[in-house]
Amino acid sequence: MSLYTEFLDGSVVALSRIISHIENRREGYQEVLSRLYRSGGRMYRIGVTGPPGAGKSSLVNRLAGLAAEAGHRVAVICVDPSSPFTGGALLGDRLRMQDIPLDKGVFIRSMGSRGSTGGLAAATSNVAVALDAFGFDTLFIETVGVGQMELDIIDACDTVVVTLVPESGDAIQALKAGLMEIADIFAVNKADRAGAEQMVYDLQSAMEMKAIHSEWIVPIVATQATGNVNLDELYRHIVGHKAFLENTGLLARKRTEQLKKKVEQVLVKSIQRDIDRTLLNGAALDEIALRIMRGEDDPYSAGQALFQRYKFGS
Amino acid sequence: MSEKIRVLLAKPGLDGHDRGVKVVAAALRDAGMEVIYTGLRQTPEQIVTAAIQEDVDVVGVSILSGAHMTLFPAIIDLLRQRGGGDKLVFGGGIIPDEDIAALEKAGVSKLFTPGASTVDIIDWVRKAVAARKKDEKLL
Repeated sequence: MSLYTEFLDGSVVALSRIISHIENRREGYQEVLSRLYRSGGRMYRIGVTGPPGAGKSSLVNRLAGLAAEAGHRVAVICVDPSSPFTGGALLGDRLRMQDIPLDKGVFIRSMGSRGSTGGLAAATSNVAVALDAFGFDTLFIETVGVGQMELDIIDACDTVVVTLVPESGDAIQALKAGLMEIADIFAVNKADRAGAEQMVYDLQSAMEMKAIHSEWIVPIVATQATGNVNLDELYRHIVGHKAFLENTGLLARKRTEQLKKKVEQVLVKSIQRDIDRTLLNGAALDEIALRIMRGEDDPYSAGQALFQRYKFGS
Repeated sequence: MSEKIRVLLAKPGLDGHDRGVKVVAAALRDAGMEVIYTGLRQTPEQIVTAAIQEDVDVVGVSILSGAHMTLFPAIIDLLRQRGGGDKLVFGGGIIPDEDIAALEKAGVSKLFTPGASTVDIIDWVRKAVAARKKDEKLL
């Protein structure tokens, strides 16, 4: 029996194995993804992002529990950084998720970022497709601890929760582009610490200064994940944002935009892999570099010549 | 893309000494593996659920409490029941010689005792995982 057949029979072991094959891009994984994609489409995806140590995992720990109690079939993907030197990773998010009720069938999967720099792994949205097809209706995606510009999460989810802490900066930080612009909801976590009220106030002012107005008023919730303070409010806002997107038709529009990017990504990656395999194999590139070093060519002409060769096969 | 070795490291039962398991976690990470550390005071149920959801190749269990004769078999039995019987289980801790043979008979692949070097642990994990690459059909 194939893994895919076992998957259709509801085997969690098969789901886990298929996720690994998707991550490893094992021969045939695209065909599996096509099938999985077509049998999904019901899952709502909530992204939780923010700087390292802000409490993302601890928030997800609570939120996933609340969603499971509300009767949802919940999955969690948590991404931690892979070493750019060894490829190794210490995946420690799961450690913070001890309160998630296992008896409610919550599925948690840790991923190494494996060379991606946008806060997720390249395979994260594909893994989400598998979880969707398996029947999970609610997914929490926790990013790597991010700075200001690792924003891949916006293409992988429906609602973005940006998690900050009282120490995350002043009113000017709150006005900056990037991370501060992508929040559908802010959680100011560790709100028992000094400066939490100021942080909430600075975020509120920054949101009021936005020139691009949306009908959605970005809620700012002061939370304490480990003390379980205000988590139900944060959860209510997530549910509220989902309803807002659905009622305004924005959800469909958002997903259409995401799909356009996804198709482009599949195309570009296929071309990239093809180029890597054919044109850019080591020896050819070495030879070109040597020619440039000898003054017989330049990088721009050489690149263009390769492109012509690729496009016209001459 | 080469398939990455995934390892779950766990500490079951009432045992708060996690320095050893953290050293092993760092060593396996630096050896290029993906290491999932689940933290202290885990039940066999939690460990096995994590091992299956994370699809790890190897489960490393650290026990310094003396409860190894109970906890190792409990984890192995549960893994087998849940369809994870192909995962290798290895362990580390203060385990008397006379217990090691019994545990190996019960399905523990390898036990490391005090003084074991991280190089040996890395080496064992690599070889053991390579030796049992499974052939399965995706579609």
